[in-house]
Amino acid sequence: MAQASAATAHAHEHGSHEHKELHGILKYLWSTDHKVIAMQYLFTGMFMAMVGGFMAYVFRMQLAFPGKSVPLFGYVSPGRYNALITAHGSIMIFWVAMPVLIAAFGNYLIPLMIGADDMVFPRLNRLSYQVFLLSVIVLLSSLFVKGGGFGGGWPAYPPLSANAKYNLTPLGSSMWLVAVALEFAAFLMGGINFITTLMNARAPGMKAYDIPMMPWMVVIASIMFMLSVGPLIAGAIMLFFDQNLGTGFYDPSRGGDPILWQHLFWFFGHPEVYVVLLPAVGTVLEIITTFARKKLFGYKTLLYTAAATAVLSFFVWAHHQFIAGIDPRMANIFTVTTMIISIPIAEMCFVIIATLYGGDIRLSTPMLWALAFMAEFLIGGCTGIFLGASGADIYLHETYFVLAHFHYTFFPIAIIGTFAAFTYWFPKMFGKMLNETLGKIHFWGTIIPFNLIFIPLFILGLDGQQRRIYDFQNFPELRHLQPIRILATISLVVMLLFQFVFFFNVIRAWLKGPKAPKNPWQSNTLEWTAESPPPHGNWPPDRMPKVYRGPYEYNHPDREDDYWPQNIPPEPEPAPSPAR
Amino acid sequence: MQTPIATTRSATGIPTGRLAIWWLVASEIVIFGGLLLSYVMHRIGHPEWAIAQAHTHTFVGAFNTFVLLTASFTAVKGHEAAEKGDGKRAAKFLYLTMGGACLFILVKSLEWTSEILEGFTIQANGFWAFYYTAAGLHALHVIAGAIVIFFVARDAAKGRNLQRVEYVGIYWHFVDIIWIFLFPLLYIAK
Amino acid sequence: MLHGLIPEASSFAGNIDWLIFLVLVLVGFWFIVAEGVFFWLIFRFRSRPGHKGQYLTGHEKHVERWIKIPHALVLICDVIIIIGAVHVWYIVKMHLPPADYTVRVTGQQWDWVFQEPGADGKLDTKDDIYTTDSLHVEVNKTYHFLLESRDVIHDFSVPVFRLKQDAIPGRTITGWFRPTETGTFDIQCAKLCGIGHGVMVGSMVVETPAQHAAWVAKNTPTSAQ
Repeated sequence: MAQASAATAHAHEHGSHEHKELHGILKYLWSTDHKVIAMQYLFTGMFMAMVGGFMAYVFRMQLAFPGKSVPLFGYVSPGRYNALITAHGSIMIFWVAMPVLIAAFGNYLIPLMIGADDMVFPRLNRLSYQVFLLSVIVLLSSLFVKGGGFGGGWPAYPPLSANAKYNLTPLGSSMWLVAVALEFAAFLMGGINFITTLMNARAPGMKAYDIPMMPWMVVIASIMFMLSVGPLIAGAIMLFFDQNLGTGFYDPSRGGDPILWQHLFWFFGHPEVYVVLLPAVGTVLEIITTFARKKLFGYKTLLYTAAATAVLSFFVWAHHQFIAGIDPRMANIFTVTTMIISIPIAEMCFVIIATLYGGDIRLSTPMLWALAFMAEFLIGGCTGIFLGASGADIYLHETYFVLAHFHYTFFPIAIIGTFAAFTYWFPKMFGKMLNETLGKIHFWGTIIPFNLIFIPLFILGLDGQQRRIYDFQNFPELRHLQPIRILATISLVVMLLFQFVFFFNVIRAWLKGPKAPKNPWQSNTLEWTAESPPPHGNWPPDRMPKVYRGPYEYNHPDREDDYWPQNIPPEPEPAPSPAR
Repeated sequence: MQTPIATTRSATGIPTGRLAIWWLVASEIVIFGGLLLSYVMHRIGHPEWAIAQAHTHTFVGAFNTFVLLTASFTAVKGHEAAEKGDGKRAAKFLYLTMGGACLFILVKSLEWTSEILEGFTIQANGFWAFYYTAAGLHALHVIAGAIVIFFVARDAAKGRNLQRVEYVGIYWHFVDIIWIFLFPLLYIAK
Repeated sequence: MLHGLIPEASSFAGNIDWLIFLVLVLVGFWFIVAEGVFFWLIFRFRSRPGHKGQYLTGHEKHVERWIKIPHALVLICDVIIIIGAVHVWYIVKMHLPPADYTVRVTGQQWDWVFQEPGADGKLDTKDDIYTTDSLHVEVNKTYHFLLESRDVIHDFSVPVFRLKQDAIPGRTITGWFRPTETGTFDIQCAKLCGIGHGVMVGSMVVETPAQHAAWVAKNTPTSAQ
């Protein structure tokens, strides 16, 4: 810390704008550079993805070979099984999707894509990562305390979650809750930064409709998060008090109501899925416009449908509670709102598909990921309709059909979206190029097994197989489906093994890959005008970019090149010829 | 840390600090909104909570309301002084606001102590659970506000970052408004 | 269609299966169209030497109508699905047909407790039969079930009936079913309720009137005989 103050004092005295960046371990403790903070979020998120993926491996092995010791783990008791599935769900949403898509790529890209040198509140940015890291430590520790990790499912319904005599994990339950609360705090702080930076710190000339889609999507997501998480924070405080202070907010014998938690949770929980969806869509849009060499078809339409989805998402929450004991008349209202939200989302899909029309499509690795996102997410979106139709949900609720549906939305968002963003912006972030062949092997080795895991799970769900059960041999009608479970598990193992190709590619490229030029993809947006990787401050202070056009002017008729970066001044008008 | 160029820009014309405070207040409104709505829904379903509610010290609550409102008034005066560039005067008013916050917390501590000694603990029943949770969350925000006001006032007295006087004032008004809702809901509404 | 995978054994199972099929047809159509167009466009506009991309602003009528028309059609499909869903929901969850018998179903960590009327056909009388794990019912009779929980949230789920309802502590929730096939079927708990969630299996035993009368006679508590 003293080193940092001395550095800044030194810079102040000289009156210049040079920042001295910190070095060594101090950099990773105290740096306020948005790119350093973004990397920290990225690596923490990717580490947590490995943890969550390993957990999936363990519990799927238990499901495929019940009662057998799982290699690299051991025996999976029912209590451990519940802790694993709870942690897997919580980790993938709160500690992978959000930190990678929003905090890492949002942090890295927003200043660069709007032509700024950093976020407007760099110290708040640093604090947000520190709080986030604390949440990671609390969450992971909760798995090793006496009693074990919390096993009540990621939505943590009381009374199970509120009372240790029911959940048998007194410490684990509270620690899980504290970890989630800390993660919320970190993202509230981050959100304020993203929103105000986008609103105010744009390069001169960048009007609202010149902003690329990725920053817009991260900011709309941040606004949604900030406006939806409040009631759950209130609910979490009440749950914490029930767990530790003997209150009875959710205890019917004390005048409380377990359903109150469900409403507070899902009022956040539903917007949350769009909070993670929008940044993934933003990534996909940047990639598709670049590699199809095409202007986005309907920029404003896309923005309005994203905003419409954001607003409507606040009105659908109780479709998670159709058979929860709510007034049955309410179910009809939520069926209507849930069906209506399919309209702006379908519109978004149509606009993206229309952008491909008339394009000049190059199937690079990032483009493969972006296109796979669309193809796979379509399955997730379509299967959601079955669940939104209340009458059908009576049968499908809490079955593997739900599980397969949300993995066809979340996996594209959190995993495909991450690989898309990572392979696309890797040259900028690390200054090296990834190997295309290895990238394609990793791509197919992930996508094909992914479908072989989850299509079978739809069938299991339609067969009536319910969730969160550690051994289906206990259910006579479900025993015969064991081969399907084994298929899904083997596919998962294959998919996880292919991830080694990714790590090999990344490490090899980072160590001795070809050097990346500033703009390897010939894209229009501002981050590609900085060095690869950009220095502290992104551009020299006297050469900050100015913006003259929108972000997607590909194949413009007035240009010979098939792209037209935002920062290139328009050609001066030819001097008028002398009077004739 | 050198202030980034980004922090000095204002594409919307609104100062960045003011934007940030308004977004913070928006997210806080949803937190308290969720908590108070939950309370109201429970209260409607439990008319017998009026009996418990009769044991709150309405006069003390009213006094605390007056304290908070006065502290908001001094925050406004501080902002007025800051607008004129008079940091020292702004700091004096902010210290008064901080004093009001401390008085509020002191009175609340005494109030809660007496209620707990009477047996009205957080576990006593559903009403008291909400009472301590809602008022406690609010009190945490009062304390946090007081700490931030201290640092802003200290800076302002040296003529630095006078724009923050307004921002901390906005936050303080929000804390006040939450109390304006809490007071009738917890103390009065029967 | 679902009955190919799992039998329909209640009067409303067919309604629910019909709704699932309706959604499958409408959504399936759009899914195939969307994926088809998607992959065709990738092929048609793939990069090749000499090929250039077009500059389209999004206001070109000839491309716009390919969005506007599907948009309107999707809306119509949504309305059809809403009507179907509300219709089935009403049958199963909002309309309570008169009961031939009433049973009480209680979930607890980690067992099902059933209270069935005895020979007098009335619940909460001295000859009621209490069982754990298996519920014996008569085919083609309408049952009301009073669903309760002793501790945490459970869920009474009978896949062959397409029946599912959360059991909330502190409440009694009333539902109904009318078995249409005899046999022994799974009762599941479909809400995570602790470490024993995976062993909360029960059996729904649907019997002919003769079988059921014999079972009632055999299991009536001696105190009531």
